[in-house]
Amino acid sequence: MATEILMPALSPTMEEGTLAKWLVKEGDTVKSGDIMAEIETDKATMEFEAVDEGIIGKILIEEGTEGVKVNTAIAILVEEGEEVGDVEVSKPAEPAKPAKNEDPKDKGGADGMDHPAPAAPEADVTPDWPEGTKLKQQTVREALRDAMAEEMRRDENVFLMGEEVAEYQGAYKISQGLLDEFGAKRVIDTPITEHGFAGIGVGAAFGGLRPIVEFMTWNFGMQAIDQIINSAAKTLYMSGGQMGAPMVFRGPNGAAARVGAQHSQDYAAWYMQIPGLKVAMPYSASDYKGLMKSAIRDPNPVIFLENEILYGRSFDVPEDDDYTVPFGKARIWREGSDVTIVSFGIGMTYALEAAGKLAEEGIEAEVIDLRTLRPMDTASIIKSVKKTNRCVTVEEGWPQGSVGGYISSVLMQQAFDYLDAPVINCTGKDVPMPYAANLEKHALVTTAEVIEAVKTVTYK
Amino acid sequence: MAARKTTKKPNVSAEELKAYYHDMLLIRRFEEKAGQLYGMGLIGGFCHLYIGQEAVVVGLEATAKEGDSRITTYRDHGHMLACGMDPNGVMAELTGREDGYSKGKGGSMHMFSKDKRFYGGHGIVGANVPLGAGLAFADKYKGNDAVTFTYFGDGAANQGQVYETFNMAALWQLPCIFVIENNQYAMGTSQQRSTSSAEIWERGKAFGIPGEAVDGMDVLAVKAAGETAVAHCRSGKGPYILEIKTYRYRGHSMSDPAKYRTREEVQKMRDERDPIEAVRTLLLQGEHATEEDLKAIDKKIKDVVNESAEFAKTSPEPALDELWTDIYATEIPQEA
Repeated sequence: MATEILMPALSPTMEEGTLAKWLVKEGDTVKSGDIMAEIETDKATMEFEAVDEGIIGKILIEEGTEGVKVNTAIAILVEEGEEVGDVEVSKPAEPAKPAKNEDPKDKGGADGMDHPAPAAPEADVTPDWPEGTKLKQQTVREALRDAMAEEMRRDENVFLMGEEVAEYQGAYKISQGLLDEFGAKRVIDTPITEHGFAGIGVGAAFGGLRPIVEFMTWNFGMQAIDQIINSAAKTLYMSGGQMGAPMVFRGPNGAAARVGAQHSQDYAAWYMQIPGLKVAMPYSASDYKGLMKSAIRDPNPVIFLENEILYGRSFDVPEDDDYTVPFGKARIWREGSDVTIVSFGIGMTYALEAAGKLAEEGIEAEVIDLRTLRPMDTASIIKSVKKTNRCVTVEEGWPQGSVGGYISSVLMQQAFDYLDAPVINCTGKDVPMPYAANLEKHALVTTAEVIEAVKTVTYK
Repeated sequence: MAARKTTKKPNVSAEELKAYYHDMLLIRRFEEKAGQLYGMGLIGGFCHLYIGQEAVVVGLEATAKEGDSRITTYRDHGHMLACGMDPNGVMAELTGREDGYSKGKGGSMHMFSKDKRFYGGHGIVGANVPLGAGLAFADKYKGNDAVTFTYFGDGAANQGQVYETFNMAALWQLPCIFVIENNQYAMGTSQQRSTSSAEIWERGKAFGIPGEAVDGMDVLAVKAAGETAVAHCRSGKGPYILEIKTYRYRGHSMSDPAKYRTREEVQKMRDERDPIEAVRTLLLQGEHATEEDLKAIDKKIKDVVNESAEFAKTSPEPALDELWTDIYATEIPQEA
């Protein structure tokens, strides 16, 4: 049976090319792998090989022809003893059958946003624990350790790996005591090799375990960011839902004190951008505990951004081995009617301090702690802004592409008519972190800046 | 073409030999068809063909048992067919259709099968190496005797994370077989121009990982070496490196004009070292099969491959809703 030889696509972007040279002539016998022609694409001259055996019955496109569209018949291949005859020339490759629910009119709105992004939950205002729950004072450090220990008791597939997590008892003493209780099989010291052990952790998650990968700080986690994003976050999607990486990447994030530019970066906005990741950045010990337990149980990769300065702070924590906090539910620390201050992580220290001082001046701020950045409880922000009509965001990270910038865009799109003033983002300064004490203080966001921003949006 | 002597001749039956012939030819015909569909614009993006390297996966899969895992880079179609994945599902993924292994959302470089313990298909050169060691870590943690075949190329062998992984795999005695498929060219850069060591497997010595170089154009030699590696790993002695010297006949990807090597070099390999021809000769000379037997195999494969192409052309594009699924899991993925 005569078959057409079609102009091939020889690169992902090729639509047409030049048939530079024929290396066979009519009547030649070809077999699979023989070079038949040279074809010039926009990038290179490529050799074009025969795929089937046969005889070149007819050459349809002369050599030297430019602009030959992909899939144009360029020659006809016949079998031995067969005539070219009237082979019907040029059937283009059959177009793909459209998807069942593809309506040509449904091409998305002008904003391209009419598909549901991970659904923002309704504002959930139920308290984190019922009234009468017994509470104890605990540091963030202890809360984190208890969360991991409780979950390791609960599921033997949960293990902790990282630098100095075992024998040294944790560079920041978060894993203190875990080696004693769980042994070296489940509390594993790694070499200083973030990219490698993050990848091994992801592979172990593919293989059915529930790793907790500790980065001594998230600054070092940057060595491993390819494994976090390309391997952990995307595999569920790329595999059509067959497999993913249920695991936690955790460690201290952002500025500590006087450790300079390479050890003082806030990654909140970076990881918040990635579909497939969940991102927690808690402030209080109860949230550290409840969210860490949720993170370990979650079937997705979770980025857990801790803060070294908060490790030693104490808060009320429920006395309950099964206490969890759901992802995507903000906590309102202070109710108020004049302005909404939105923050998370250590940013909450500035937000709450500012709100206290503002109250003394008669300005009542509502302070929202996002607790998780992905999913983000934008419903609670919008609900609050509809009441206060003003919003200030607070974070230590850089201004361009910040968490606050995202919140502002959400408010512009979903609460524009309720805003009585532009949203102000209080952020870290747009500089690498300096070492000098006075400069570092100014490089971070300050309580005074938050107070000033609130006065600006309330016109006071 | 005369049959070559293999360095280590494993005792294989005529049936096994025929199975290797079948499996290698299936990969070759499948890849030729994929190249054709690419030329017709039915397959898009990058498409890296395995033609010439068939003996590597077929020889090693012959040493695997139920429960073993495998993971590789982006030149992955051969690995999927060799571990028993359905050609229809693979081809339909290549055309980006709903019946593909990843519902059309992964493509040539990102395909997976939980069922066959095939963990991808990874597009970032070298990144699958720690992932493979992680799979081996999980098996050791669970206390079973499964091994993981972690395939990568001579190009990936220069990524830092490979050596981070060698260190930890040796330190923790992980049951991981590192398979370096050395096809001599990292895209367009030859081994001599990119790699300080002539024998890449010898780098394992620095970590105390044993290994060997293997003739990758000889499926029996690959199988023999694979058996050594598997026995080592399964018995709890830690990782093993196989540097399998192979050759790809086609360009790095479909858009590679392959100007970094001569046409003669490729032709010489095809004429003198072709792994499928070698087994064909063994079968015929040993009178394990007749020309007719082999023709019947060829015909059967042609039908399978044509059917996969037809399936891949007619399977519908994924529903638009699929854009929004599989981003987050709602429950823990169950273990295969």
